[in-house]
Amino acid sequence: MRSFLPAYALETPRDLAATLDRLAGEPGEWQPFAGGTDLMVLLEAGKLTHRRFLNIWGLRELLGIREDSDFVTLGALTTYTDILRWPKMQHEFPLLCRAARETGGIATQNRGTLGGNIANASPAADSPPALLAYDAELELVSARGPRWVPYRNFHSGYKKMDLRPDELIARIRLPRRAQGGKQYYRKVGTRKAQAISKVCFAGTAHIEHKRIVDIRIALASVAAFPFRAAKTEAVLRGCDLGEESIHAAQQELAREIAPIDDMRSSARYRLRIAQNLLEDFLTDCSAAH
Amino acid sequence: MPEARGKIRVTCTVNGKAMKFSAFPMERLLDVLREQIGLTGTKEGCGEGECGACSVLLDSKLVNSCLVPAAQVEGAEIRTIEGLATGEQLHAVQECFITHGGAQCGICTPGMILAAVNLLERNPQPAEADIREALAGNLCRCTGYTKIFESVVRACEARSGKS
Amino acid sequence: MPTPVIGTSVRRKEGREKVTGKARYVDDLKFPGMLHGVTVRSSAPRGTIRSIRFAEGIPWQEFTVVTAADIPGKNCVALIVDDQPCLAAGVVNHPEEPVVLLAHADAYLLEEARRAVSIEVEPLPAIFSIEDSLARKQIIWGSDNTFQSIVVEKGDLESAWRKADRIIEGEYFTGSQEQLYIEPQGMVATADRRKGITIWGSLQCPYYIHKSLTALFDLPPEKIRIIQMETGGGFGGKEEYPSMIACHAALLAWKSGKPVKIIYDRAEDMAATTKRHPARIRHRTGVSRDGKLLAMDIEFVLDGGAYETLSPVVLSRGTIHAAGPYECPNVRIRSRAVATNAPPHGAFRGFGAPQSVFALERHFDRVAEELDLTPEEFRRRNFIREGQTLAVDQVVREPVDMTRLMERAFEMSDYHAKRERFTRENRGRNAKKGIGFAAFLHGAGFTGSGEDYLASIVAVEATEEGRVRVLAASVEMGQGTNTIFAQIAADALGIEYDSIEIAQPDTANVPNSGPTVASRTCMVVGKLVESAAVGLKQTLIGSGLLSERYTAAEFAAACRRYIAQRGPLKSTSQYAPPPELHWDAKNYRGDAYGAYAWAVYVAEVSVDLRTFEIAVDDFTAVQEVGKVIHPVLAAGQIEGGVAQGIGLALYENVVWREGRMVNNQMTNYIMPTSMDIPRIRVHFEEIPYPFGPAGAKGIGELPIDGAAPAVINAVAQATGANLPRIPVTPEVLMEALEAMRA
Repeated sequence: MRSFLPAYALETPRDLAATLDRLAGEPGEWQPFAGGTDLMVLLEAGKLTHRRFLNIWGLRELLGIREDSDFVTLGALTTYTDILRWPKMQHEFPLLCRAARETGGIATQNRGTLGGNIANASPAADSPPALLAYDAELELVSARGPRWVPYRNFHSGYKKMDLRPDELIARIRLPRRAQGGKQYYRKVGTRKAQAISKVCFAGTAHIEHKRIVDIRIALASVAAFPFRAAKTEAVLRGCDLGEESIHAAQQELAREIAPIDDMRSSARYRLRIAQNLLEDFLTDCSAAH
Repeated sequence: MPEARGKIRVTCTVNGKAMKFSAFPMERLLDVLREQIGLTGTKEGCGEGECGACSVLLDSKLVNSCLVPAAQVEGAEIRTIEGLATGEQLHAVQECFITHGGAQCGICTPGMILAAVNLLERNPQPAEADIREALAGNLCRCTGYTKIFESVVRACEARSGKS
Repeated sequence: MPTPVIGTSVRRKEGREKVTGKARYVDDLKFPGMLHGVTVRSSAPRGTIRSIRFAEGIPWQEFTVVTAADIPGKNCVALIVDDQPCLAAGVVNHPEEPVVLLAHADAYLLEEARRAVSIEVEPLPAIFSIEDSLARKQIIWGSDNTFQSIVVEKGDLESAWRKADRIIEGEYFTGSQEQLYIEPQGMVATADRRKGITIWGSLQCPYYIHKSLTALFDLPPEKIRIIQMETGGGFGGKEEYPSMIACHAALLAWKSGKPVKIIYDRAEDMAATTKRHPARIRHRTGVSRDGKLLAMDIEFVLDGGAYETLSPVVLSRGTIHAAGPYECPNVRIRSRAVATNAPPHGAFRGFGAPQSVFALERHFDRVAEELDLTPEEFRRRNFIREGQTLAVDQVVREPVDMTRLMERAFEMSDYHAKRERFTRENRGRNAKKGIGFAAFLHGAGFTGSGEDYLASIVAVEATEEGRVRVLAASVEMGQGTNTIFAQIAADALGIEYDSIEIAQPDTANVPNSGPTVASRTCMVVGKLVESAAVGLKQTLIGSGLLSERYTAAEFAAACRRYIAQRGPLKSTSQYAPPPELHWDAKNYRGDAYGAYAWAVYVAEVSVDLRTFEIAVDDFTAVQEVGKVIHPVLAAGQIEGGVAQGIGLALYENVVWREGRMVNNQMTNYIMPTSMDIPRIRVHFEEIPYPFGPAGAKGIGELPIDGAAPAVINAVAQATGANLPRIPVTPEVLMEALEAMRA
């Protein structure tokens, strides 16, 4: 434990309103602390530069998974275990279940939260590609009120996001979709469990008679933040699924992603695997027809 | 040197006993258990939530205690390895870890046993694939896992009355 | 007399403590007034220390600060040669070299203070590779960077080339590997200027630490006491490095007058302590048309890091194992351990053999391919048999049948059918399967006259309650030392297993039975336990207090009576080499080891050609081990070693940057999880070794020698790739397959 603990504050506000008042009253002074699975690792390593945190772990307003006819809405404090246990999740949002199941081990899944994962903004996070493929929207709340943003517009750079210092991620909502259509998720990590991804790919597609009516492609670990490969989608949308369109899509993907060399993997490997997974996804789609 | 802040007082139960302690708000539950409460059965292996040696049950959920800050333990029910046996009577998982080679050096053992117990509480008759997945967050360097699976399988048999 | 317990899986001696959290590891110790200690390290790979600065804002007067100037005796961690400083003074030779020690009661403030010490080093040019060291780009150690070189020569190599029909060459590389015991290293020290120093720690070799401290403090041996605590894994990583930490804790205790505890966190442990020696191995092999080995020329180079430490011994074992369980009339092995500016590499299970065995078994699959033979046929034609000689001219004196072991392994793994099926079904598939094997041996005990030099001693004493206590310095670290010693003693005395206690290794109480390394604890030390126990029995019988045939109760009564009448009842036994064991250290020839265990391992893998991920789906380990003392413990050793070998083959990649490990976190240094290791099938054969307890040989290191080449041979079979370097990560496999296509 490398940090000088006495210098750190972790205070527990009474409720969400009190939390937002603190954030508004001292902008930039306080950061939210949810399950701690990212922040505590930094603390241990002596690398947690921010010192004042608000404990939001128990805030009732941020808990729970609700549904209505249009959306399934998850509170920001939904853990991966909560995701896996919600009865309809596997049927309606299987990619999110896959992501939750492949995040760390059971202990991490019990404490890691969706809101924390999004706000931590690791380029290698496992759930964001699924959320992006599902057109997730985030509710950001502050003392001034709530606003909804499409998750695909949330990140703008490495650890840069559309979240003001007085705002909290409150809820994540997923539009309910017509059933049918192809869904694909693959996380390629350093080992079969407890791994940070080298490439993470999520895709959904709506195919009619070999024509790609609609398609969503999202990736992590190949750019500064998890993103929707919009250009690659554009190359495919409206096309007939086949060798030619797959190849064109792979080429576009190579231009659209920016994989790096790091201690886990290489840029060449990430590029190649991203292209392979795209091909596998599209081949899966055409196989179903 | 940064300015020092104060400690907080926390109330919780540990292995069924009411506990009150004071700690820095970001102090790790692992350190509170080991240093203040004197329960050294929970171990530190990595300090980054990777090895699972520090696993405890927090409100019946398996967590890495190296990642839980003291401030979030208020009102919680914590179970550590010390709370598993009933007096002299070992839990079936503990007994099987001894007899079937699930424990070698023993450092991963408390966390591994709690993870296994937690699995069996959720799923009394897990398939081997379920056992593997449930224990994937607990690293063992000594056993190569084979005898850990064996120990858990035998514990299931013992609990369900088979021999 | 109770039923003998050797050969049965009795209850682990300290099992209950381990499963209830009651076992006491070093970090569980607390002393009144105890201080925490930390190490401040230089980050430069090489240079001269210009200044050590203590920044403002820390209440330094509250701290105990130790530098090299505070060392009472010799500033070194005494091991073989005394070149490694305990604290750097003047120069540094590797990143993470310790320079300053700090102690304080407040662990958090201590870390603040550690950050506030800056060590300014004026850099000197450094070298980081075997190539640069051999090329003498810089001379960083001795006159030519060479810690040790060895030449083994058998037969007449030069003429053998002329007779060879084919000559096949290959170059192989093995990377570094971190032992990754789940319990990080740590020590607690108390020091009293009159009474001396006591150390409690996580360690494998109490008497190694004892020796280092006597030199560092220039104190007589009786003033130094080393006590082993429950140790959470070692695998060699706690063979020599603990001496460094003990020296540091002792220095802080000496200066402060208080107990001091140093516990490394994982990042420090991984970056600063020893790891497996990286290796480069070159093979040049001459074979006859019909696949017989005629000539083997092997070059074996190890990267030793910045100081000599144990490199000569690792080199020795790696050299002797380099030519494997094969009969070859003409062999030359030229080995060298060289210096680089990395933290010194050290002991890790296998100790040079995993490196040289990987190269050999990978090479022999390729040789077979060149000859149009199956890998198993090539092995079968060359396996050594009783009466023939190994590369160092050691005659094999037991009826070992490697072909039979191989066939058993093939039968258990369904090797032939699978190999045929995989070859057929792999065509055109993106998910390929492969099955491969490795054949190997591992010598137990210290090499050559090493055991003579150790001259290990074990004592067995009776207690007033009529129980028996075994006194040895050999530690329990999970492998089962306590349990097997108790089994051996129980059977030797004909009393209950539960009547035997194992004394905690404490240099004040136990004799020096040597280090817990080199697969010697069962075979060598266990034998001494047996003979010491027999000596105890004979003393009792000789005293007239016990008849030749007795019950357990009578035995206990006789002990009590003896002690009451005559005083302590203790029997010691000291190592004597088996007769006819001769080792010529000068020419590196003769009986290198008292006994070898022999093995054939088979690995089955899946390779995903979309992601290049490799999974081990099944593993079979067949070995001949003399005698299985405890079936569950013995299988546990094999399974654990195989898992570490799979890690070495596929996952465990140390990423170096200028001599420093940069992926020094468990998140980024990848060891296998429960999802990555298949069920491992284990089968033992037994050809009793007459000088081992109940015929047992050593098995601690054996399993890690053969697992990696078996796995890589399987991957090669699945993909056709060459794969001369481990670990074969997906990135490496991808590059290899792309190179093949180009």
